[in-house]
Amino acid sequence: MNAIEFIISGMLAAATPFLLAALGELVAERSGVLNLGVEGMMAFGAALAFIIVYNGGGHILAFLVAGIGGVLLSLLFAFVALGLRANQVATGLAIGILGLGLSAFFGKPYESYTIKGISKISIPVLSDIPVIGGLFSQDIVVWLAILTSAGLWYALTRMKAGLLLRAVGENPKAVNSLGYSVFALRIGAVAFGGLMAGIAGAYASTVYTPLWADGMIAGRGWIAVALVVFGTWMVGRVFLGACLFGAVSLAGIAAQTAGLSIPSQILTSLPYLVTIVVLGIISSNKRLLKLNGIASLGETYK
Amino acid sequence: MTTPLLSLRGVSKSYGQVHANTAVDLDVAPNAIHAILGENGAGKSTLMKLIYGVESPDEGEIFWQGEKRRIASPSEARKLGIGMVFQHFSLFETLTVVENVSLVVPGTKKELTDKIIQFGEEFGLKVDPLSHVHSLSVGERQRVEIIRCLMADPKLLILDEPTSVLPPQSVELLFETLRRLAERGVSILFISHKLEEIRSICTHATILRSGHVTGNVSPRDFDTHELAKMMIGRDMPETIPAKPMPRGLKQLELANLTHIMEDPFAVSLHDVSLQVREGEILGIAGVSGNGQSELAELISGETVLPPSEGERIVMMGQDVSTLNAAARRKLGFAFVPEDRLGQGAVPELSLTKNSLLTAHSKGLIKRGMVNLSKATRFTNECIEAYDVRTPGPEAEAGALSGGNLQKFIVGREIMLEPKLLFVNQPTWGVDIGASAAIRKRLIELRNQGCAILVISEEIEELFELSDHIQVLNQGRLSPRFKTSEIQPEDIGRHMISSAEDVA
Amino acid sequence: MGLALSKLPRLVRRERASMPMMLIAPFAALGLAVLTNLVLYGMLGKNPLIVLHAMLIEPFLSMYSFSEVLLKASPLLLIAQGLAIGFRAKVFNIGAEGQFVLGAIFASAIPVWYPNITGVWVWPLMLLLGALGGLCWASITAFWRVRLNANEILVSLMLSFVAIQVLNYLLLGPWKDPMGFNFPQSVMFPLDAMVPTLIPGTRVNVSLLLALALSVVAWFFVQRSFAGYKLEVGGLAPRAARYAGFSQSKAIWISLLIGGFAAGLAGAAEVAGPVGQLQRSISTGYGYAAIIVAYLGGLHPIGIVLSSFLMATLYIGGDNAMVTAGLPIAAVHVFQGSLLLAYLILATFVRNRLEWPTPHGEQGA
Repeated sequence: MNAIEFIISGMLAAATPFLLAALGELVAERSGVLNLGVEGMMAFGAALAFIIVYNGGGHILAFLVAGIGGVLLSLLFAFVALGLRANQVATGLAIGILGLGLSAFFGKPYESYTIKGISKISIPVLSDIPVIGGLFSQDIVVWLAILTSAGLWYALTRMKAGLLLRAVGENPKAVNSLGYSVFALRIGAVAFGGLMAGIAGAYASTVYTPLWADGMIAGRGWIAVALVVFGTWMVGRVFLGACLFGAVSLAGIAAQTAGLSIPSQILTSLPYLVTIVVLGIISSNKRLLKLNGIASLGETYK
Repeated sequence: MTTPLLSLRGVSKSYGQVHANTAVDLDVAPNAIHAILGENGAGKSTLMKLIYGVESPDEGEIFWQGEKRRIASPSEARKLGIGMVFQHFSLFETLTVVENVSLVVPGTKKELTDKIIQFGEEFGLKVDPLSHVHSLSVGERQRVEIIRCLMADPKLLILDEPTSVLPPQSVELLFETLRRLAERGVSILFISHKLEEIRSICTHATILRSGHVTGNVSPRDFDTHELAKMMIGRDMPETIPAKPMPRGLKQLELANLTHIMEDPFAVSLHDVSLQVREGEILGIAGVSGNGQSELAELISGETVLPPSEGERIVMMGQDVSTLNAAARRKLGFAFVPEDRLGQGAVPELSLTKNSLLTAHSKGLIKRGMVNLSKATRFTNECIEAYDVRTPGPEAEAGALSGGNLQKFIVGREIMLEPKLLFVNQPTWGVDIGASAAIRKRLIELRNQGCAILVISEEIEELFELSDHIQVLNQGRLSPRFKTSEIQPEDIGRHMISSAEDVA
Repeated sequence: MGLALSKLPRLVRRERASMPMMLIAPFAALGLAVLTNLVLYGMLGKNPLIVLHAMLIEPFLSMYSFSEVLLKASPLLLIAQGLAIGFRAKVFNIGAEGQFVLGAIFASAIPVWYPNITGVWVWPLMLLLGALGGLCWASITAFWRVRLNANEILVSLMLSFVAIQVLNYLLLGPWKDPMGFNFPQSVMFPLDAMVPTLIPGTRVNVSLLLALALSVVAWFFVQRSFAGYKLEVGGLAPRAARYAGFSQSKAIWISLLIGGFAAGLAGAAEVAGPVGQLQRSISTGYGYAAIIVAYLGGLHPIGIVLSSFLMATLYIGGDNAMVTAGLPIAAVHVFQGSLLLAYLILATFVRNRLEWPTPHGEQGA
């Protein structure tokens, strides 16, 4: 398999942790809440899922529990940042530190253990196409993640719940005066973010690289937060961004396959550097950000 | 007498120490256009929030069609048949008109679109259902709000200061709509502090003063002077006359200023020209959202013009287009902004620290360090000279009432002894006493030779203050009129845009 | 829903910040964090009392372990003072870890390139160089934020990940000690490249004094200077700062440069102090812990002095607990996270108070 084929076939799976976490954060931010604890929620979910699969609980239970773990951390965030009106940035950082700590704490006995991943589902005919055929042979979670993206796009643009979510992000006061509970809507959105982050973590530790190592999330939660900005809070663009990062994170291995002699540190840094560069490019278009941005993002609502 | 549609008995509501409403009784008859009259801070808005279920009363009872009810939320109010049009609209700019409606009214997009068009024709509320709200004028937004309320088939429609955002001619259109609604059996609760309006449209009026009901009258039986007296409890304060001044130096000049704002939701300015001389007050009239905030940002230096746009803003004879707010102040410019909390003052900081915001140039800084005793002295002087009611200079700005904070900010800016003073909405949300005091200060300052620019939505205020008036409409500024030579209606004509609001 | 919500107590904003609450909050937060963590340890079958003793008492029982607390406190204090100035201005530099690493790298350049260097000026020059390194690294974030409008939280954090890779590259490549048995570490620094110790027999060095002196400077800057006032206004009410003509770009540059300078200095003092060579383990999360220190100290220079000692105690105590109670070292991070969260919960009541719904609100049916 050459480098290009390698990237094409692996891109979607590599993109899935970014995608799932970013979609969750997108919903939370759409409601006007900036939860920077994604990295921690992912790590916590990853640890829980690994422990369950390792102890024979199976992948379904593992994803479920990881999701619940993410939700619990996100509800803790909601209690402090929404209920008690604490600064959202600081609260998100606290959740991040706590989640990373908890994952290392519970994951400690499992350090560098491995488990079995899950098998791939290939779409007949399409997966036999040369070069891009690998794209159509993916595990079930990848397929579900793609479906989730489509569903979320539909919900946000076509359904009343989606309109309401956008409305509360733009002007929570007005939503309140229409008789909806701003808190209920936002708590729901934040919990969805937690659920998706937990699942993203589970995918990373039990399917994508089925092994446990402390710090294995390695900034992917933060890149997911950046992805939401890259995608200017739109599902389609976030999806494309996640694919880009999936490809970038495979570039290291691909480069080695191709026999290029680039220091491995540069390849490891690549996703972070790409984040910095893309963030600069997208953000400097202030008009674009303002047009698609969320008016009340990060502001405390009283 | 028939059973009132809505009755309030002994309703009270307090926020901490502030008694917003005390033992209020109110009866709204079916088919009535009923005014709630009172000055800023009299408790009108709180009362409406209690009726609409946004807040719940501390004491008292609410009866709906003779039955005792507890209205716990706006959705319950809507179920009963109460609709409300807020002063600051509860619309979402990034959604379309029909999407906005669909948040409250059930139905498919097609059904709602048809219904919006139908209501528009029936009640003279024309609006395009598929356009985004951010592209609509203030008048159109109000129509969307009203349509949205009407689609729930209300028996009572509450309108909070609906005319404050409309030019005079559109006010007539609105009144026409309201009369049609009343004929079809919808009662209207109309909140206002504009007496002429109330006399022209309302059948009943309940007058509130500091949270108490001070009168229940038929407004057509009284003249505006008598109504005003009931509203403020004494005669209207006298104004001081502006004395004739010799033609002084040009302290501010904008020459054909055109500026496209970076913010896509902002109004861009086209070909704006104006000048303000010493000893003169120039008033800028216009309905809000026509470029006032953008003009204010450019004049204050909060937004700086790029160098390429050239010499467009001249202050005290010097081109300031590329200078920021601090640099413009050094030339003798002072500015009272529209928002008191968060712009003109930092709510969490003490008054002394808020003095520093702009008065630091008055020797309050020594070698980079703050001279606290001097700053406190400055603040005390300001509090005393401008009658700011506060425990002292250590009080946080956020704890002051709107009127007192405005007096503080106006005082601070005047104490900078400016050559050019710019005041954006001098008395917005300020009670009558403080408003009168602020206007008096401005005229005094003018009589001393200061050049003053005032932006206001209240035409009456501009006629009281200004020597000349210009009108801002959709980012364009009208020619200059001598206040003594024109009527408010002439100004009103310039406030309406060429096409949509006249239709 | 409406009924359920109306029975919950409501947060009501106080007319002014409560001074007693401000003072109590960090201590109450410590209490709350201790309590929840002890429950966690209990659930894991550890004796909570032993853990508590090891974490919070043992560090003060011997002169040596107390000196280790002082040693840990100085980088935390330095970094947190720098970060707090930015946080007050709402400039969220959370990449102090990277700035710390760059400080360590810059400072190490001298002994790595001149392993036999002598002179009393060597270590001060290294500290200065380290501070400059941190400052340069932070200035990338500042540039990205001011010129490209990019979120400083994400950029500074991404740069921290990159900084670790820079460190790895140097240690595995050009800066590897040729006599170091292929370990990823630099040469041992010569004596003149080490910060002098303060208390004989311990590892506490002059950088502690430096950190305390800079805390005094920070106090003057924050509480008395006009520049500090401008930053505060920018943080509390950005529109008021714009109205007053205080430049936001300047505030971002100042905040990030001060933060980078302090973190770089701390990184330099770390390699030229207790570590004595550049190695991978210099990045132990001080940059993140300092965020907690800054908040726990109420973003106030005096409060930060106290909270940095508390955090240092937790580090030493955590090491103890690892030995005596067999707790994983991650317990320290769990504790740190819950401490910050507990502080944020309690700090709410500095500006707000709880109001239980009055029976009047429940009239009618």
